[in-house]
Amino acid sequence: MGRPLLELEGITKDFPGVRANDGVTLTVGRREIHALLGENGAGKSTLVKIVYGLMRADGGAMRLDREPYAPARPSEARAHGIAMVCQHFSLFEGLTVAENIALGLGRAGAGLSRRIAAVSSNYGLKLDPGRLVGTLSAGERQRVEVVRCLLEEPKLLIMDEPTSVLTPQEIEALFATLRRLASEGCSILYISHKLEEIRTLCGRATILRAGKVVESCDPRQETARSLAEMMIGTTLAPPWRENGAGPADSKVRLRVSSLRLASDRQFGVGLDDISFEVRAGEILGIAGVAGNGQAELMRALTGERLPAAPGAIAVDGIPVGGSGPEVRRELGMCFVPEERLGQASVADMTLWENAALTGLPRMGLSRLGFLDVRKARAFAGNIVSSYGVHVRGLDGAARSLSGGNLQKFVVGREMLQAPSVLIAAQPTWGVDAGAAAAIHQALLSLAQAGAAVLVISQDLDELFAIAGRIAVISNGRLTPAKPVEVLTAHEIGLSMGGHPSADVVDAPEVAHA
Amino acid sequence: MEQFALWDLIVNILVGAMIAATPLVLAATGELVAERAGVLNLGVEGMMVVGAIAGFSAVIATGSAALALLAAVVAGSAMALLFAVLALTLRANQVASGLALTMFGLGLSALWGQGYSGLSAPAFPRLSVAGLGDLPVVGKLVFGHDLLVYLSLALVAAVAWALARTRLGLVVRAVGENHDAAYTLGYPVIAVRYLATLVGGAMAGLGGAYLSLVQTPLWVERMTAGRGWIALALVVFAAWRPWRALAGAYLFGGITVLQLHSQALGLKVDAQLLAMLPYLATIAVLVAVSREGVRLRLNAPACLGKPFYATA
Repeated sequence: MGRPLLELEGITKDFPGVRANDGVTLTVGRREIHALLGENGAGKSTLVKIVYGLMRADGGAMRLDREPYAPARPSEARAHGIAMVCQHFSLFEGLTVAENIALGLGRAGAGLSRRIAAVSSNYGLKLDPGRLVGTLSAGERQRVEVVRCLLEEPKLLIMDEPTSVLTPQEIEALFATLRRLASEGCSILYISHKLEEIRTLCGRATILRAGKVVESCDPRQETARSLAEMMIGTTLAPPWRENGAGPADSKVRLRVSSLRLASDRQFGVGLDDISFEVRAGEILGIAGVAGNGQAELMRALTGERLPAAPGAIAVDGIPVGGSGPEVRRELGMCFVPEERLGQASVADMTLWENAALTGLPRMGLSRLGFLDVRKARAFAGNIVSSYGVHVRGLDGAARSLSGGNLQKFVVGREMLQAPSVLIAAQPTWGVDAGAAAAIHQALLSLAQAGAAVLVISQDLDELFAIAGRIAVISNGRLTPAKPVEVLTAHEIGLSMGGHPSADVVDAPEVAHA
Repeated sequence: MEQFALWDLIVNILVGAMIAATPLVLAATGELVAERAGVLNLGVEGMMVVGAIAGFSAVIATGSAALALLAAVVAGSAMALLFAVLALTLRANQVASGLALTMFGLGLSALWGQGYSGLSAPAFPRLSVAGLGDLPVVGKLVFGHDLLVYLSLALVAAVAWALARTRLGLVVRAVGENHDAAYTLGYPVIAVRYLATLVGGAMAGLGGAYLSLVQTPLWVERMTAGRGWIALALVVFAAWRPWRALAGAYLFGGITVLQLHSQALGLKVDAQLLAMLPYLATIAVLVAVSREGVRLRLNAPACLGKPFYATA
């Protein structure tokens, strides 16, 4: 590590009822790519928000270039040469790329388009300055953010979980850019919970747990497993080896044949002739970068939207393509949609009401058309205790739960209904490692008990860990599913990027699984 | 002779249309600025009517047109400030606050105007360029207006230019599009919204004053007669673009005047039907922008009407 650039000493931040940062001390050196690692709720985002001036620390001190540093607002942080790419893009969809970039720069520049062109060709980040940001893909949007930061010529670039929406190839390109930046003298503070990424990219890692620094290490000297154990503070259960392959001759529980559905959203992707089947005892994974038709597929499977051909979706041989969610649930389908708030739960309703909302048909929570409150509360209580959801009571609103906690609640609610077909989108998104392991285990057990499980996820590690076969969705089309034993991450990455056929590519890598 | 009378009629209708349209141009352009910054102020009618009585009482008291306009601007801005404190600082619901502002304005102006009915305002200064005003057709149409007509056109041009070409305009649009992102980038969201709201109030006040000083130089209770609502509708109808708002206002002004001349022209259209048009157009546009793609094409501000919390 060279001369220190940013030093944090004893940073403390309290929120009502929780101490988000508790005496955090860390040093980021010049030219260093420094990882900030921790479970959800460990305090990573709070910490970088303090560095970036979005929040003020309650205690502790910061130094930048040996000078005391305490930004009251983001503009002050930026004036000191600190730039940040947020977890959720801070872009303006209705404005053009050039306007978005101009907004990110302190001063207006006459030669802005020329500078944009220079930076984007210099770093190989292709951009069309005249396009509306709303029409760009996630990867392109991130390029806009990165270029915007680069034009400020920052001393420190903060990246908060930047890769969650990128293909493996896009991630490689991003890493190349970051490495080059570091070699040119810019320090990078990189937040992620993807351990392999941190091991390939970062030279130093600070691990946070419950707001405190628990470890500081060189991630290249560690294994993904040892890093994960530092994060959660306990030894992980040995990784499940038996993934959800299921016997090949078991009966088909979910069959989707030639499913077509035009998207009803702007910039949405329609489904183009999608066919697959999931057998009893099997977990089928669908990989793909967000925005390639997953949302549409999910809505067709749940019955939110009905395809023209009712026979396109069949459960245990019964066509359900023409039926709504209620009928499908009665036939044994359960769903974990991607959006926890708004889709999987109603934000302002209590937990027990949310439990009743999907549990109603399968759990017998109504009598003569009236809601059986006692049973509904018992069902909710069962979810909370079986899935370790941290709540103060069943009467709290869904929105009062943290993201990971609510996810556990939603997954538990569907699992406990003993579905014969479970469809889950991003089941462990934003859930800490311990809880993710528990959810994975529960999915595997569910499959072993004879259910057909479909997992739509952008997290390849997750799919390789639990799925028996994986298919890739790209631009509304689905590649044929292949057993994980013969697939490589590289091959999937190519299919994700929309290469017509991954079959022709003979990947030299060893199988990932 | 016959020919000459027809020309006269057409010129009269066009001039009448501009006069009918000018309060709408002013109020709609002001509201457009506020909405571009993400502030939905439904109190336009209230701000206009208070501007009308403020301008009228000032001209009666001082006899000065300039002071009357200043009074209207101050009164409209004060109303907007009240709204801004409620909706931006205290984060009250914008729709409810705007409706309340309209009702408050109607009541306040009625109280204020009690002593003013029956009085009439002195003539408002007109542009007088030697000789030009006497030219046939062009003279009346281009050079014969009162000064506020030219001011309103200049304001539309200024707003259009500022929104599209200046950094402040870009920041206003950014705040209306995504206030969280704007805050993260270091822009003072609430201050920008205050500014835009005050511009909206000032221009609505001017629009109201045009009614009581120029169009019918009298004070009549509730004399705005729904023009604030039409201005609001025009903003949506114009897809938040200043020049289109101007065109929409003139179109609507033309329709209003045509009603008056419809008998002379032998037209048989119900006045009520014509009066419905801007609202119907608004409903159509609002339905259209509820789809995300159309919203982007029409550049409707995404954060319109949403309260902003700085610690998001």
